[in-house]
Amino acid sequence: MKLPAIVHKFSSPKNFYIMSGKMIPWFMWSFLLSLFVGLYYGLFVAPPDYQQGESYRIMYIHVPAAWMSMFIYMIMAVSAAVGLIWRIKTADLMASVSAPIGAAFTFLALVTGSLWGKPMWGTYWVWDARLTSELILLFLYLGFIALQASIEDPRNAARAGAILLIVGVVNIPIIHYSVEWWSTLHQGATVAKFDKPSMHISMLIPLLVLATSFKLYYVASVLMRARGEILRREQNTRWVKEIVTGESS
Amino acid sequence: MSVSEFFHMGGYAFYVWSSYGLALVVLGWIMISPVFSKKAIIKELKIKYRQQERQHQEDV
Repeated sequence: MKLPAIVHKFSSPKNFYIMSGKMIPWFMWSFLLSLFVGLYYGLFVAPPDYQQGESYRIMYIHVPAAWMSMFIYMIMAVSAAVGLIWRIKTADLMASVSAPIGAAFTFLALVTGSLWGKPMWGTYWVWDARLTSELILLFLYLGFIALQASIEDPRNAARAGAILLIVGVVNIPIIHYSVEWWSTLHQGATVAKFDKPSMHISMLIPLLVLATSFKLYYVASVLMRARGEILRREQNTRWVKEIVTGESS
Repeated sequence: MSVSEFFHMGGYAFYVWSSYGLALVVLGWIMISPVFSKKAIIKELKIKYRQQERQHQEDV
């Protein structure tokens, strides 16, 4: 299947560089605004939990971070596949520059989960399915970063990375359904399920606001990373030379 | 709710504030680090282009 020429034109590194430069401030400001609203409602307005007291407020970091860890992985796998099939450079680029952000969210999900587990379960860590599969996700991110760094040619690096990412997708449903398939200390889904969410609206709203905020954060930061990386990868083109020597950013 | 009560977090202060603090540090770093790396790339490329320019003039 061939993509229309306009897709290739719009996804050219030069066009991407210019467009993303205009978009970053919008994402940045909406991220900051939603962050403050979400934190205000999460820390000051939402009532304490009837079982967990104030400790449940860790959820407002833990759950959005865990969602992001899977969301970014899927974005990377899809863009890497697009790059592999249609040879779109910016798709390969999006996969590479997303990796540190995804790894950071996975790390946060694991550590905040640990910090929540200690007071509630009495332990920082158990080798159950949810925690172990999330740890494997962190290793997939780190493996992808190491693999990309070890291959000099960007074309080959993208191809090898794409295969790793696509194979690793199998881990995503395992993470999601782990709490249903295996007995675990981890609680089941309270939001992403067919029945209505089993959480009071006053606790749910800050969670959804912060989840949106983390997505906006991802877009802003991935575009910033992509722009720097484009300059490096396209350094032998005339337009990059013009931007760099012309002092404009 | 008093200020000290808020920071006390019903006795879970260590767990709650470590989580929020760590998120701030990690996400802050992820957001700021590309600013530095982009500056470094621009600096590096400026030197490279200047050298190319010089090379070109010597050849002429």
